[in-house]
Order: sequence, then C-alpha cells, then structure tokens
Amino acid sequence: MSRVKLRVLQVSMLVAIFVFWQLATDPELIPPFVWDNPHRAAFFFGEPVKMFQAIWEWFSSGTIYPHLWVTLQETALAFVIGSVLGLAIGLWLGLSPTASALFDPYITAMNAMPRVVLAPIFMVWFGLGIWSKVALGVTLVFFIVFFNVYQGVKEVSPVVLNNATMLGASRRQLLRHVYLPSATSWVFSSLHTSVGMAFVGAVVGEYLGSAKGVGYLIHMAEGSFDINTVFAGILVLTAFALVLDFAVTKMEKKLLVWRPTQGETEKL
Amino acid sequence: MTVAIHFDKVTCTFAGKAGPYTAVKDVTLSIGEGEFVSVVGPTGCGKSTLLNVAAGLMKPSSGTVTTFGEPLAGVNRRAGYMFQSEALMPWRSCLDNVTAGLEFRGEERASARAKAEDWLERVGLSGFGDRYPHQLSGGMRKRTSLAQMLILDPKILLMDEPFSALDIQTRQLMENELLELWSANRKSVIFITHDLEEAIALSDRVVVLSAGPATRPIGEFAIDLPRPRDVAEIRLSPRFIELHDKIWHAMKDEVLKGYQQTKNRVVA
Repeated sequence: MSRVKLRVLQVSMLVAIFVFWQLATDPELIPPFVWDNPHRAAFFFGEPVKMFQAIWEWFSSGTIYPHLWVTLQETALAFVIGSVLGLAIGLWLGLSPTASALFDPYITAMNAMPRVVLAPIFMVWFGLGIWSKVALGVTLVFFIVFFNVYQGVKEVSPVVLNNATMLGASRRQLLRHVYLPSATSWVFSSLHTSVGMAFVGAVVGEYLGSAKGVGYLIHMAEGSFDINTVFAGILVLTAFALVLDFAVTKMEKKLLVWRPTQGETEKL
Repeated sequence: MTVAIHFDKVTCTFAGKAGPYTAVKDVTLSIGEGEFVSVVGPTGCGKSTLLNVAAGLMKPSSGTVTTFGEPLAGVNRRAGYMFQSEALMPWRSCLDNVTAGLEFRGEERASARAKAEDWLERVGLSGFGDRYPHQLSGGMRKRTSLAQMLILDPKILLMDEPFSALDIQTRQLMENELLELWSANRKSVIFITHDLEEAIALSDRVVVLSAGPATRPIGEFAIDLPRPRDVAEIRLSPRFIELHDKIWHAMKDEVLKGYQQTKNRVVA
C-alpha cells in the first residue's frame, strides 16, 4: 500500500469512528434503542460535535494554553530529572558489584511498589504546584532509565573496553568515553517509554490534586458530569502525547546516527 | 638483539565449572626488537590468552613477563593491541576512533586530528573520517583499527587473528599493507593466527603451539624468505612450499588432537 493511500485510510477510519459516535449518541438523529430517554446516551458517552466545540473554545479563547504549558513543564522536568538520576545511579550500581549486591532487593522492591499511591504523599511534601507532579513522574521515569542503564553497563563489549584500555584510557576515561556513551544509548532506546511515563506521572498527579494542567481540567469537568469536556480533555492529551512521541522519534534519529538500523541499508 | 618481550614459564589456569582449566603451561618465549613472530596452533589452544598476558590485560597464574628488561605490571604501555573482533567504539566516527589514544594521553585536539588524518591517509581511508564504524566495510574497520593502534607508535604490536574475518582478497591486501607499514618502522610483532600460510608469508619466525589444554610451544621455525615480500606471490615460491611442508608436518598431529578434543567436548 502506498504511503498516501495508507494515510487517507487512516484518516477516514478516524472520521468514521467520530461519525458513528455522533450518530449513536445524538438525541435527535436516531431514535434511542437502548434507553427510553433520548439524552441518556449523550450523558454517558458525550457527543463528538460538542466535544470538538469545547476544544475549539479552549484553543480560540486561549484558555487551554496555560494548562498545556504546565503539563508540558511537568513532563519535561520529570523526564530530565528521572533520566539523570537513573543514569547516575545505574552507572554507579552497574560499575560497583558491592553496591549493586547491597541495593538489589531494595531496587526490586521499590520497582514493584505501585508508585501512583505515593501521589498524595508527594502533595503533602511538595504542595499542589508542579513539583508534586514532577516527583511522581520522576519515580516512574527513574526505574525505566535505571534498569536500561544498568543493563547497558553490564553489556558493554569487553573487547571495546580492552581496546580502550590498551589505547591508554584511565578508569575515569573509560567511564567518560566507553561506559557513559554506551549507557546513554540505552537511555535513548528507552526514550519513548520514559517520556510516556513522565507524561502519565504529570497527568495523574494533576488529576489527583492541582490548580492547573490538562489533568486538572478533566478532573473539574468530571466533577460537574460534563462528559463532553472530559472527552475533549482526553482527546487533547492524546494528541499532545502523539506530538511528544513524534518529537522523541526525531530526536532519537539525530542522536543515534552512529547506531546501525537493523535490516536497513545505510544511506551514505 | 634486544628482547622486546619475554615470557618466562608463563602458566595460566582458569577456574571453570568442571574444575580448573590450564590454558597455557610453562610457556617460555622471546621476541626480539623489530622481529615479526607468528604464533600458530590449533583452535582453542590458548593463543589469545598468551597475547592478553603480553598486553597486561591478564595476569599469569605463575611465571613472569618482561618487556625491554622490565617486569610487566599492569597494562603494557609499550604495546598496541589489534583484536580479532570489532573493537572500535561504535559511537565515535572513524577519525575520532583514531584520535582516541592521543586524546586519552591528553594531546591537544587539533594536533591529534591532524595526526589522525595523516594516518587515515596512510591506511587508505582519507575522506572516510566522518563515517561511523557501522557505515564502513569489514576491511575498512580493520584499517581504522590499524591506524588507531599505530598512531600511538607502540614498540610492540600484538595482533590477534586481526584479518581472520576478512575475505581472502581483502586479507591479502591488508597483509601487504601491514608488511609495508611494518618495514617502514620496524616494531616487534606477535601475530596470532591459525592460518599457516599467513604466518609464513608475514613472519621472521613461526612458533607452533600444541593443542590445548596446557598449551606450550612445540616448535620454532625461522622463515628465511627474502623481504620485501608480496604475500600473494611468495606463496608460490619453492622455499615457501618447503617451509610450509616442514611446519605443517610438525603441526599436523596437534591439529588432529585439537580437533578430536573439540569433537569430544561437543559430544560430551
């Protein structure tokens, strides 16, 4: 299938979904066949037309921008802080067998813990501002990056290490020129997951208690049973996540030029 | 003649699952300054172990290694090592791989780059400096490794089947290039190979090892072929065939023994 044809099909599928949704929930278009009240379907599932109206309202009046900005800030901060911590501790434990043996059960336990329940505690510690959301995001991002870096350090090619040693690298230079680049490549390969997790942390944090952010908008709308706004918020978040993912893909391609892509011939 | 590297009753024993395994036993061997020595032996006989000991990457269980009269402690700073498998840092471009050794020694970037450009030209890679290792062919990667090693001007070259992964044509080209570079600035070379023809074509002396375990030298043959040599042509000279015959005769039993052992190991 050609690229254009594929895109056209993908878009028409999306349109079809929304059309079906509208038809099934509109109180006037089709007589209700499940519920006796014509407004019941719209109450439970919302109406795409009203949903898009709400989105249009947000963007035309500009009220959504501060909320989006806050969510983006939280995501970015959680991602950066979580990655740096994961990288540093992953390198440390990867290179020190004693520390790794000592901390292993704790790391496993902390990773197994459902960390979303920490959100209220973070709110007590860091307040209702962005930092409690950043903290939640960090706990999610950290472990992904940590495990990847830890694995990356363990799997540095011994031949490359020996070669660098023979070329005269000191222990510090090995860390800087062999372990770190190798580990960083693992961080980048987990970029999609960790950016996604940072985003989840931000939104869940906002949802549980905040005064700004897209998660907050959704929470407020739910409070007043405004299902259309809830869906509008979800749609905006989804689109936003897609944009983030696209940006990550672009960045990945730039940063990992040295990496061979499997099964692909190299364009020179 | 000054002795560049001397093994004195070197024994290496490894702890294994099925009890200790002695890879090399009581190896006494000297390589003179400027001498090209090939070490041949059946597969799995501990040739690489010997080279790692000479490089200082591995400590012998007993016995000593001296280089230029000094006992070896830690990494051998006088030696360059060319590995059998891929040893380039994949995240560094070809040029940056060549400058790595100078960088580790604290040389300025500009002068290191100039020297590296010069070396790339000498190994026939000028214009390929900005490519990453995965964008180069196997032969080009080997040339990069060669430049990476030679730029540091080591007194001793340790080469572990460096060309075994190359096709026969590229291999002969590389062998000729190596001989040319070597004759311009004679260094001591320990060249490990399982290919007797390669060993005779390149060397001043061929050392034959017994089959493992407890490998030791079982024969030494001076190669009195005239230099400069062309590795492809010299294979046809009567003296070459004579030498080949003689050494192969000495090796044959060991090769068969080695083959039998590997076979038994597979069966067991």
